[in-house]
Amino acid sequence: MSDKMHLKMTVNGKQEDLLVEPRELLIYVLREKLNLTGPHVGCETTHCGACTVELNGKSVKSCTVLAAQAQGAEVTTVEGLSTPDDLHVLQKAFREHHGLQCGFCTPGMITRAHRLLQENPNPTEEEVRFGIAGNLCRCTGYQNIVKSILAAAAEMNAAKEAAE
Amino acid sequence: MIPAAFEYHRPKNVQDAIGILVEHGDEARVLAGGHSLIPMMKLRMAAIEHLVDLQDVDGLSGISIDGGRITIGAMTTQHELITHDGLATAAPILREAALQIADPQVRYVGTIGGNVANGDPGNDMPGLMQCLDASFTLVGPDGTREVAARDFYEAAYMTERSDEEILTAISFNATAGGYSYEKQKRKIGDYATAAAAVLLQKDGDTCTGASIAMTNLSDTPVFSEAAGAALTGTSVGKADIEAAVAAALSDIDPTEDNRGPVEFKRHVAAVVIARAITRAWSRA
Ligand SMILES: Cc1cc2nc3c(=O)[nH]c(=O)nc-3n(C[C@H](O)[C@H](O)[C@H](O)COP(=O)(O)OP(=O)(O)OC[C@H]3O[C@@H](n4cnc5c(N)ncnc54)[C@H](O)[C@@H]3O)c2cc1C
Ligand code: FES
Ligand code: FES
Repeated sequence: MSDKMHLKMTVNGKQEDLLVEPRELLIYVLREKLNLTGPHVGCETTHCGACTVELNGKSVKSCTVLAAQAQGAEVTTVEGLSTPDDLHVLQKAFREHHGLQCGFCTPGMITRAHRLLQENPNPTEEEVRFGIAGNLCRCTGYQNIVKSILAAAAEMNAAKEAAE
Repeated sequence: MIPAAFEYHRPKNVQDAIGILVEHGDEARVLAGGHSLIPMMKLRMAAIEHLVDLQDVDGLSGISIDGGRITIGAMTTQHELITHDGLATAAPILREAALQIADPQVRYVGTIGGNVANGDPGNDMPGLMQCLDASFTLVGPDGTREVAARDFYEAAYMTERSDEEILTAISFNATAGGYSYEKQKRKIGDYATAAAAVLLQKDGDTCTGASIAMTNLSDTPVFSEAAGAALTGTSVGKADIEAAVAAALSDIDPTEDNRGPVEFKRHVAAVVIARAITRAWSRA
């Protein structure tokens, strides 16, 4: 047993203060200590992307981040994208365009797509495919996921233009 | 799949980090992006008592281009290599290779220092560093030294770096002429079955300089001086490329694993080397 440490991080805008062992993985801290069960555990070996969250503005696979590394970090999970009353544009687009079947990969897909669209608000289909290459889906064949992300991008851009 | 217990350290400067390494010897290990080390710790293939996280250490990241010399801090991520426009002009082969490593999530956190220090023959940057004739800066209790990338790798996971040293930076000359990093993998995000890095210089129709190196075709990255020599002075025609491929193949020693038997790997190596030469020549 190693000594426990005080882990302070901001998760979905809320300051959290937890007692953890440094070796704990971020995914389990989020799921089991903070009850944020949006990020899933698929492979646990850094391959599937189901555990994707945003850590200090980067998409990361939280099954391969030690709790200790997240000291002082800002974390966003899929829960942080929506409000209790309204889904995020990406979530609506996934629903609209049938971007999910079983839904297991969806929180990781959406969290990753969210980051991708912040860095590249107007991606081509190829850029979307390359940008989500770290997220596996065993149901959809990706076609409708790509369609959903492109539709969300178009909607977000239209909203931005209308606001200007 | 949770690592065994360790004591976690997060020093703020290189000297403090080295102090921890000196105090704990081979029980201590530095942590960069963690995307080679943490998977090994989860599998309990790496037992570490003291983990020294470099994320807060000053002065270890960033890319500087000073005249013709490029210096990259060890903690610079693959994502940063890809998005740096100055680097894309001064040595475009870096972006081409980095884009073929893993996937977006891994590239956000995986560092160039971790990639070259790791010593895994499957890592792509060590082969590229052979091609570029890069130099690694190592800082330890006795000071700073430079080691040529071509002298750094001894065997799988065995390098010239001692346990108490930290790799702080990588430097190499800006490239001129044509370049190519060609990689054959089973699927996107996979390590190489075989990969080749090629830099070629051209004067008129003649190749005036060639540097050729390979990834995952031996227990260390392979620099093939003979392959480069086979192209230099030629017009890089079909027979010249065949000669260079033959020379390169005599410098590799692949082993059978889940990426295929030795014959297949030699075949794939020949294909990627020829492609890389052809592409580099077309860009020269
Ligand atoms: C799914 C997946 C796919 C991948 N595919 C590829 C691929 O196709 N090609 C490829 O090249 N890599 C691949 N990788 C590996 C990835 O690029 C790693 O990030 C990289 O190999 C190591 O960098 P890191 O910063 O994560 O290092 P870490 O994992 O933190 O460290 C790796 C080793 O280097 C040592 N180390 C790190 N930094 C230093 C330093 N500054 N000084 C001294 N020692 C140091 C550590 O102690 C450790 O032993 C893949 C990884 C995953 C998870
Ligand atoms: S659970 Fe983390 S990548 Fe699959
Ligand atoms: S919807 Fe089932 S895994 Fe993607």
